[in-house]
Amino acid sequence: MNFPLIAVLAATLTVATPLIWAALGAIINERAGILNLGIEGTMYAGAFVGFVTAAYSGSLSLALAASLLAGVAAGALMALLTVTLGVNQHVAGIGTTLLLIAASDFTNRLLFSGGSQQVTAKFDRWFAGSGLFSQYPMTYVGLLLLAPALWWVLRSSGFGLRLRAVGENPEAADAAGIPVAATRYAALMLGAALMALGGSFLTLSLLGTFTLDIVSGRGWICIALVIFGRWKVWPVVAGALLFGFTDALQLQLAITPMFSAVPNELMIALPYLVVISALAIWGRGVRYPGAYLSAYRRA
Amino acid sequence: MRVSAHGAVPPGAAAPETPLAELVGITKTFGAVVANDSVTLRVAPGEVLALLGENGAGKSTLTRILFGLSQADSGEILIDGVPTRMSSPSDAMAAGIGRINRADARSRVLAAAERIGVAVNPDAIVETLSVGERQRVEIVKALFHDCRLLILDEPTAVLVPQDVALLFDSIRRLSRQGMGVIFISHKLHEVVEIADRVSILRRGRVIASVDAAGLQPRQIAALMVGTELADTALIGSELADPEAGVPGDAFATAIPEGAATPTIPDTATGAPTALHITGVTLKGAARPLLDNLTLTVRSGEIVGIAGVSGNGQTELVSVLCGMTAATTGTIAVGGTDITTLGVAERIRAGLGRLTEDRRGSVVPGLSVEQNLVLEDLDQFRRGPFLSRRRIRQHVRTLMDRFDIRANPTDPISSLSGGNMQKVLLARAISRGPTALVASQPTRGLDVGACDYVYSQLRALRAGGAGVLLVSEDLDELTGICDRIVVLFSGGIIGEVDAASASREQLGLLMTGHTGNPVDQDPSSRSAS
Amino acid sequence: MRVLLRASESRWLTPVAVLLAVALTLLLTAGPIRLAGANPLAAYTRYTITPLSTLTGLSEVLLTATPLVFTGLAVAIAFRVGYFNIGAEGQFLAGTIAATLPGLYLPGLPAAVALPLALAAGALGGVVWALVPAWLKRRAHIDEVVTTLLLNPVALLLVQGLLNGPWRNPDTGFPDSERFGAGYDLPAIVAGSRVHWGFGIAIVLVVITWIVMAHTPLGLRLRAAGQSPDAARFSGIAVTSLQWRSALVSGGVAGLGGASQVLGVQHQLTASISNGYGYTGVVVATLGALSAGGVLLVALLLGDIAVGAQNASIVLQLPTQMGSIVSSTLLLAVVALLAARRYRLVFTGRRRRGRTRRKAE
Repeated sequence: MNFPLIAVLAATLTVATPLIWAALGAIINERAGILNLGIEGTMYAGAFVGFVTAAYSGSLSLALAASLLAGVAAGALMALLTVTLGVNQHVAGIGTTLLLIAASDFTNRLLFSGGSQQVTAKFDRWFAGSGLFSQYPMTYVGLLLLAPALWWVLRSSGFGLRLRAVGENPEAADAAGIPVAATRYAALMLGAALMALGGSFLTLSLLGTFTLDIVSGRGWICIALVIFGRWKVWPVVAGALLFGFTDALQLQLAITPMFSAVPNELMIALPYLVVISALAIWGRGVRYPGAYLSAYRRA
Repeated sequence: MRVSAHGAVPPGAAAPETPLAELVGITKTFGAVVANDSVTLRVAPGEVLALLGENGAGKSTLTRILFGLSQADSGEILIDGVPTRMSSPSDAMAAGIGRINRADARSRVLAAAERIGVAVNPDAIVETLSVGERQRVEIVKALFHDCRLLILDEPTAVLVPQDVALLFDSIRRLSRQGMGVIFISHKLHEVVEIADRVSILRRGRVIASVDAAGLQPRQIAALMVGTELADTALIGSELADPEAGVPGDAFATAIPEGAATPTIPDTATGAPTALHITGVTLKGAARPLLDNLTLTVRSGEIVGIAGVSGNGQTELVSVLCGMTAATTGTIAVGGTDITTLGVAERIRAGLGRLTEDRRGSVVPGLSVEQNLVLEDLDQFRRGPFLSRRRIRQHVRTLMDRFDIRANPTDPISSLSGGNMQKVLLARAISRGPTALVASQPTRGLDVGACDYVYSQLRALRAGGAGVLLVSEDLDELTGICDRIVVLFSGGIIGEVDAASASREQLGLLMTGHTGNPVDQDPSSRSAS
Repeated sequence: MRVLLRASESRWLTPVAVLLAVALTLLLTAGPIRLAGANPLAAYTRYTITPLSTLTGLSEVLLTATPLVFTGLAVAIAFRVGYFNIGAEGQFLAGTIAATLPGLYLPGLPAAVALPLALAAGALGGVVWALVPAWLKRRAHIDEVVTTLLLNPVALLLVQGLLNGPWRNPDTGFPDSERFGAGYDLPAIVAGSRVHWGFGIAIVLVVITWIVMAHTPLGLRLRAAGQSPDAARFSGIAVTSLQWRSALVSGGVAGLGGASQVLGVQHQLTASISNGYGYTGVVVATLGALSAGGVLLVALLLGDIAVGAQNASIVLQLPTQMGSIVSSTLLLAVVALLAARRYRLVFTGRRRRGRTRRKAE
């Protein structure tokens, strides 16, 4: 049998890229104690804003910058709700997701309806044609720059230690002089920026256009990946690659004659089921960051 | 010129010097509650100021304001005579103010280390120190950060008498070097021993600021509550010889009026014991948290559990209440084996529980009434529904009997500490339990409320119930218990008769010294 | 000026906060509406009043609100006990699938048998879909947010897979199922209107939920467990067991909603059977303060807005998504301002004098 392993592995890296970016952003948020269910909406908004900017300006760097700013704004909104006002994090997140998706779709209808699908410039793969190494720039940046940088920051930098202290025990952090609210704001804005950029991969690298439901639940997958990876950078990256592999595999199997009888939808569902099973098998006794989901109030 | 017991010249006796720290006209309100009402306090360099007051008098609020964790509505803070804004603990630390309270030493080490940017394994450092040493580490750390004013909030709560003496030694040495100390404590005999001046807060106001020399604990207590109290409330707070400046060996156990001397029932009759704990062990990560514990509480007796915090008391209470499952061993209440039973069944078997975590024992979003009946809802059924009428009736009776000052429909979170404790007490004993497990029942309560709790416990005993009283207050234990069992490293290291025990004896046991080489064998740990 | 925490919350601030939230929502959405070329005032009128001004509009509102009552109730029951069921969408869809089974394979049954059967099947489908996450939470303490969330896309894929495969309509070739047997039509409440008996069932569920929550021991235990699981355990309440059972009930209610939708509206299974009702259920439950009555009112409100948005898209050329923007902005504004109730503004005089003047509240 001639199984195209290289092609599947190459596809794995591509599929995993938006997940890696967004999940790393989620790690930053959750380590500081905030569960950001606005991730799905933030990725969506990042994808859309990047797409619109590219469509109107033709500049990909401008598009990335706009996407990043959209993420920062989304993070600031979540921070205002959960850190300053102490709103329930689940509700704030779902509300943010719903709002961002509706707003993006609305703007999309306003600007681009009634015409053919708008196509923009997009990034090209580096080392095109070289099989496994033919990847988009964001894939390289994500795996080789962002992940190691975040790993180092969390582990050894002042900011990383403050972040972890705030997420573990905000009372002690406060008494030790660490500004809890400011740290959480920074964490949310930075994390959301990464989520938005992860979304922008879908429009600016992968597709070159925007479609409704472009994110299709990847944000939720990232939430699962972060728990699965115990809030640590490299296990989360590994989880993203696992999911990417399953997804790439089902894409490949869908066109393989032997598996053509298997319904397409089952194949697409497979990665989700794999993640749930992984959680079921390895998810027990997970130790959440100490201050997970709790707002901190200094009376 | 008067020289105080410590040998240092009292500040203010010579030319007036600039106070180290001053709080002037500090007012702080929370909604309708005035926590601090135009409070003015001064601490001079080298002075130990004791800050006293009942629970709710405003001491914690004041020190939080001084430490930057809270902002006053009005008033100012002066450091060395200069008005200073304390908008966060960093400001306070920059001004040279350090704070040590009962908070977990581990998290403080972690936070402090992370500020400096060092990755530490706090378990490695802290586990090997005893509590007293940890306190000293904290003080040393405070010094390291150029601390000039130290706030000690109930520092002796977790210390044995020997360690208290060492702590006071350190405080005297520091104050001789010019460091100011604000010392918050409920323990009047300690205050008399260590303080240069005493400031008393009541209902948010400073009602007295006096020199400590020659002050009697009784006088302080009277000032605190505003009345002269009967002996009943001042269990053990008098010094044997105030002039000697040394804690007395024997201390007064106040005999309350009207209480009969408890008789220990005859176990030979075979009546079931109130609470029977056999061979209970609870596995821990490194060592057992409870180690082959065997203990019996007979009907009509109060058994006290003494020990330094962290030696298994919390775990024992948790296991008895059914919140944690023991690894091995059995527990029986009134003859019924409850080891494998859930919480609801334990309650039905006659176990009453009063834990130290008050806030965690009530549901804050529900009313007083709903919390009171939460444990026995099925009693108030009418068909599939709840009978509001019967609930209201029952609750009114309880609130009358236990002097709970609130409305049944008030949210439970609006109750004061004392009232909430009465609610929990009512819930724990209104069903006439066979055995009551009570942990730190009077912590943070004012003298009147303490009195009330003691009288309820004695009434229980007189009625034939057995009470297991876990407390860090040695005076409380010796004052009300029949016998006291000491926990050390999760096991029972010794037992003393309450009437004849001395603080030194208890202190030795609490630190693991039985004084008998034979008894050093850890496998022989049980008391019945 | 400084912001201080109040010690207690004043009751009267709640209506004020809600009104301010509404005003804030109108303020924030007016701009985008104008950008879209429509008059904001006209838009808001069409969103709220217009649908209620005609009988047809009114019945459309009730029709649109029906699935939201089910999902809102499902989410509210779960959230109340502290089980964060974000999977109502998947449970709803599972209910539609389960109700389709007898509809397609036992088409000849008379209504008296068919309807109870299909409705029960729908509820059961929702329970089954809620089972795995609830079980994982109960046995292994695995967070239900993620597990319930992930099953939503799986449910949709299941619907699509069935519709593209074994249930594809053989006559039209479209990915819809065949029409169910006539016995499976949920009759209209009022002859001639589209409002079907699913709405009636929803009302009954609202009443039952209200009675249980407010007047039974179970309801009180449930509320205690949701607010303070530790304190509830201390009082002898079996929190884990309660959450497990409530999770299943929640799934069942959502599934019943799916059955009601497919039996009352489409009479066949289509890929677009759910319009995000499960996620909107979170909005409904939260704005309804997790109470049965609140859920009903908010479902009607959101139904009103949804119908109005359709109307506005035709008449004012305003994209329908603005309706969702308005409702999610309203959600965030309400929760934000309700949380802000806890604070008050204080204007401090000059530091030296230490005088404080309080802003009038």
